[in-house]
Amino acid sequence: MTAMAIFRSRTWLSRSFSSLSSHPLRVCVVGSGPAGMYTAEKMLKAHQGAEVDIIDRLPTPFGLVRSGVAPDHPETKIVTNQFSRVAQNDRCSFFGKVTLGSSISLSELRNLYDVVVLAYGAESDRALGIPGEDLSGIYSAREFVWWYNGHPDCRNLSPDLKNTDTAVILGQGNVALDVARILLRPTEELATTDIACHALAALEQSSIRFLPLQSLALNQRSCLKSVICCAKRMSYYYRKVYLVGRRGPAQAACTAKELREILGTKKVQIHIKEEDLHKSPEDEEELKNSRIRKRVYELLSKAATTGPSLPSSGQRELHFVFFRKPDSFSESAEYPGHVSGVHLEKTGLKGVGSGKQIAVGSGQFEDIECGMVLKSVGYKSVPVPSLPFDHKNGVVPNAGGRVISDTSGDPELIEQGLYVCGWLKRGPTGIIGTNLHCAEETVASILHDLEHGLIASPSTSTKPGREGLLQLLDDRNVRAVPFSGWEKIDCEERKLGSLKGKPRVKLGSWEDLLKVAM
Amino acid sequence: MSMLEAAHEHDIELEGKDEMSSSGACEGSLACSTCHVIVMDVDYYNKLEDPTDEENDMLDLAFGLTETSRLGCQVIASPELDGMRLAIPSATRNFAVDGYVPKPH
Repeated sequence: MTAMAIFRSRTWLSRSFSSLSSHPLRVCVVGSGPAGMYTAEKMLKAHQGAEVDIIDRLPTPFGLVRSGVAPDHPETKIVTNQFSRVAQNDRCSFFGKVTLGSSISLSELRNLYDVVVLAYGAESDRALGIPGEDLSGIYSAREFVWWYNGHPDCRNLSPDLKNTDTAVILGQGNVALDVARILLRPTEELATTDIACHALAALEQSSIRFLPLQSLALNQRSCLKSVICCAKRMSYYYRKVYLVGRRGPAQAACTAKELREILGTKKVQIHIKEEDLHKSPEDEEELKNSRIRKRVYELLSKAATTGPSLPSSGQRELHFVFFRKPDSFSESAEYPGHVSGVHLEKTGLKGVGSGKQIAVGSGQFEDIECGMVLKSVGYKSVPVPSLPFDHKNGVVPNAGGRVISDTSGDPELIEQGLYVCGWLKRGPTGIIGTNLHCAEETVASILHDLEHGLIASPSTSTKPGREGLLQLLDDRNVRAVPFSGWEKIDCEERKLGSLKGKPRVKLGSWEDLLKVAM
Repeated sequence: MSMLEAAHEHDIELEGKDEMSSSGACEGSLACSTCHVIVMDVDYYNKLEDPTDEENDMLDLAFGLTETSRLGCQVIASPELDGMRLAIPSATRNFAVDGYVPKPH
């Protein structure tokens, strides 16, 4: 075995606390996604007296790892093994089906625990604020992802994938690429993933595979049966998906792995206009300074110059549309109340200093016809009563994870014992691993505050912690789902999955989840 | 064995590694960057086989990326690497919302 020295170049305050008092430090983490779980893990490691309770409004833990990561990305979900070990720690308890703001208020939590860490992410969406946004057939990517991932809140989304052969996705980040890929992948490939059954069925029946009945002339309908047989044999697909970005390929928000993957999707023709690849000096500068952007640009450039083969009938198409921002949505005359297209304004880029360029409308417009729109322009956090909130940025104002009161004019007032981690702290960006470092920062702040007497000392604290929570929930007839309840759900899902050659079959309704868990 | 496994053998805390597992968050499947290590000496860095596209894709997103960064799970120990020193990225970065350059997800 080769000898080597490993240099640890970060200070780890925890070392000084490993022999601290064995008085319990009562910690409550709200949210059991990556931010909450990494926070719980680091808190337990750093303080031997810490007792960590994790609450989540769902009966299932792990947040977006379960409900956001695409079904065809199972490796990305492996981290739940690590998170499970945290929840199973002697000093940790999971309480599912407990909702901050309705089962229990923030003030009540702060009275029960020495430390409260809010890590409940972002469960809403940035709105475009343009006409027609309320038409049916327009969904946020978040809702669509929850739908195909079996989240109980979107069980009945029922997107209509049969009335149209074209979907427009607004945004070009990794979430946009995920939804495009799920729409375009051969459903045989999706059938062996943990995609929700209702979503797989809808994708299988969508007008990707069959010509819509109305588009056939009467005499053709009579030989429809033979046409369908033909279509199936020829893998006859008509789906078109547009990924629309306001800016250019040098600014596309996706990353190389996801882009490489979607460009390699079987039986999909990629359309990228070569003229969109033109780089300005400002673009060159941006690319020079960012390894991520440079590799993404190179992938897009290669795909554009390779170009689609001569259009063969029946190929699905993926179009990368650049320099277009949505102006309004058109309503269908045939199906009132339903979207029929997106009205787009062509844009140009303008530098706004520090290497950043924004999209500016040019006054020229064009339309893309479609029957479904997925908005993938960013998630947004939801405030709760008595929580300071920065509505402009959609985050909780904080300093290194310590929550700051938002009373204007005052000096920075720290809310004692209240912290944030994850998207609620930083905004809805980053990957699972980003929360690891985010949690380190928040936990370091907590430990620092503990050391300096800024949090009630555990030896003098009278906070009841877990006992208090259990009492309060009992008084309100709220039955929390313990981690063992999730384990029952997990076991059942995997059992159902093994019967169908899938890793699991998700229990997609509140009723089914609770029936198994309790 | 990989550097990640070696760290576990020697009971060294490598970020993303859990006591019970000998690999990072994705347990070595090139789906995360939590086992990111920095090769201290460029001579040793150059001795390593070039990272694949898949490793580079994950390195793109690594916290505190440097010119001599690699994923620990992809660096396999060999006699040639005797004396190689690895560092773990510093976690002292400022996470201010204003002015923070958002990372893609």
